[in-house]
Amino acid sequence: MFRRLFSIRAMLAFVGLVVAAGLASPGAASERYIVVGSTTSTQDSGLFGWLLPAFTKASGIEVRIVAKGTGEAIKLGQSGDADVLLVHDPKSEAKFVAEGYGVKRFAFMYNDFIIVGPKADPAHIAGDGNVVDAMKKIAAAGALFASRGDDSGTNKAELRLWKAAGIDPKPGSGKWYLETGSGMGATLNTSVGKAAYTFSDRATWLAFQNKADFDVLVQADKALLNQYGIILVNPARFASVKAKDGQAFIDWLISPAGQKTIGDFRIGGQQVFFPNYMPGQ
Amino acid sequence: MQQFYDSFATALGLIVTIDPGLVEIVRLSLEVSLSAVTLAAFIGLPLGGAVVLFAFPGRRALVVLLNSLMGLPPVIVGLVVYLLLSRSGPLGVLGLLFSPAAMILAQTILVTPIVAALARQFLEDLWSEYADQLRSLGVRRDQALVTLLWEGRFSLTTAVLAGFGRASAEVGAVMIVGGNIEHATRTMTTAIALETSKGDLSLALGLGLLLMLLSLAINGAAYLIRDLAGHRQ
Amino acid sequence: MSGVALPLQLRGVVWKAGGERRLDGIDLSIEAGARTIVLGPNGAGKSLLLRLCHGLLQPSAGEINWRGPAAAEAAGHQAMVFQRPVMLRRSAAANVSYALKLRGLDGEDRRARAAAALARAGLSNLAAQPARALSIGEQQRLALARAWAIEPEILWLDEPTASLDPAATFAVEGIIEAMHRGGCKIVMTTHDLAQARRLADEIVFLHRGRLLERQPADRFFAKPATAEGAAFVAGTLHW
Repeated sequence: MFRRLFSIRAMLAFVGLVVAAGLASPGAASERYIVVGSTTSTQDSGLFGWLLPAFTKASGIEVRIVAKGTGEAIKLGQSGDADVLLVHDPKSEAKFVAEGYGVKRFAFMYNDFIIVGPKADPAHIAGDGNVVDAMKKIAAAGALFASRGDDSGTNKAELRLWKAAGIDPKPGSGKWYLETGSGMGATLNTSVGKAAYTFSDRATWLAFQNKADFDVLVQADKALLNQYGIILVNPARFASVKAKDGQAFIDWLISPAGQKTIGDFRIGGQQVFFPNYMPGQ
Repeated sequence: MQQFYDSFATALGLIVTIDPGLVEIVRLSLEVSLSAVTLAAFIGLPLGGAVVLFAFPGRRALVVLLNSLMGLPPVIVGLVVYLLLSRSGPLGVLGLLFSPAAMILAQTILVTPIVAALARQFLEDLWSEYADQLRSLGVRRDQALVTLLWEGRFSLTTAVLAGFGRASAEVGAVMIVGGNIEHATRTMTTAIALETSKGDLSLALGLGLLLMLLSLAINGAAYLIRDLAGHRQ
Repeated sequence: MSGVALPLQLRGVVWKAGGERRLDGIDLSIEAGARTIVLGPNGAGKSLLLRLCHGLLQPSAGEINWRGPAAAEAAGHQAMVFQRPVMLRRSAAANVSYALKLRGLDGEDRRARAAAALARAGLSNLAAQPARALSIGEQQRLALARAWAIEPEILWLDEPTASLDPAATFAVEGIIEAMHRGGCKIVMTTHDLAQARRLADEIVFLHRGRLLERQPADRFFAKPATAEGAAFVAGTLHW
């Protein structure tokens, strides 16, 4: 009798616990938060871990980052599932605003892109100060190159440079040009695993913990500038957008306090993101 | 090899110091998967029994469908639920995207066919044993359903545990509908995916080890309960 | 009980499986009172006949009708015991209780009736044991106790002692006789001739799906009307 009760009671208690836990979940509860569509590079570098607590402390607003590629983040904005976009492809950003999905774009910080690769450096590009030149060498040597291939800001920048070099890498896809369709970190894992060159943003690279024998081979070319923009999704388009709190986030990022916090972020002692908001853009 | 040793050390460190970040994601993982499995059991177990007991046109097709749905890819479920819950989608007004509720919904959809299909198979075997006697006693089909579910409770827990295994191990669905948001929708599996993409493979492995330990603990507890309660039967 | 469902009338009953007529043209009337034993070799259709009469199967052709005043409630007036007892995974008492619960009984009434049924079958000391842990003889007595508890008008038994040893068989037959004395109609199949001689008031003899003989028991055993019947009694008819 006792044992039978034990099993019924045990099951009921279990169910009760689960349901209670589910109901107590903070999840979609009534706290104050905004959803920001952003990129994997800003997440994987650890910038948000540094930046957001400062903003939340100042404003009481929680920031929920959904980190995908720039392309996906823009789609998030176009379906009204994000309140703010924080991405790095000026062309798509301008289009987003022009089509009425976004209110206004603010350029507020930059960092740079780099090409990393194995010590062996089969295409001999180490130290090359001209990125287009280096990419021509890679293509000519047929050396392995891992690309994100995911419609992200980084990916679009990379493709622009191939175009500038007059090279179409697509025919080599699957042979020397490896399109991972993944975020920056995952792509770096692939390139390290295959000893392939890859085009990355500096922040993600510095924070990346699986570098093996890789090093930064090409940098400091003006063409490698990586500009970030922030846009409020248009509340006129989607009534559900938290316009007030979203604007508060933008205002803080372009404020002196926010800009200083961006500049204070360090990885291994190095500054990784450079604030560059200029009023009256 | 070094990474494996490192991962053990990392896992141990996290447990021993009761790292609050870890506690948070473990809590969420359990919450999401246990809730999903409970809902799936409430829907799937009676569904499996009903398919056994009630004759209706297309019954055999439904059995094949249930069995096939056991192989539903989590990413597909995630994508479909995402499209449903998106602000531009039919259920957008609920505002559930990127919340644990969305994750529970997706996992429930994923797990219910597993529970239903396994339950159906088991209950069919059980019914073949009991059918004549129970019908002789005048049992109605709804009464038979309750009786079968109770009689088969120990083996049906295996079906439920199979569902839990699927839920706690998957990453595709919860990643898409949850968004892997820190402090909000990050579970063990999405955290593992994140740490892997950050190159912190030791931490990722360590979390993986913890996930397995958790699964072991839950299965062990279930086994104990069955054993204690089943002792008399 | 308000009335009586018997007699049960079968007219031209046919049961087909896989194109074969496993029961062919059965005309039979089952009346209250006598202990009826259905005899026949393997494959004769005895088990099928019982299941059709009880309502577990539907005939492929022909009619099965209850003709008594309580014909409409006939389903609630019957019980069946099978060759292998089927018990739920719970105590002996709970198994009897289960059957009573299906009849709408509750609380103290149910408990009392269950206890009384167990006592009549000599199982009181095993009431709290898990039913499936009992010996097969005890389980069969329990099946009978369960049937007895619902006070059926007619009890169908399909080779109830085929799996039991002589002692258990004796105990089971005792319970059957007691139920009959209490007013329950008994219809039983067996292929144990000695048992049939012991228990039968009347014999229904089946062979290859056809009803060949229906006679009072002593007349059947003394002088079967058909060649097959004679061969069966002599032990030379096998299928």
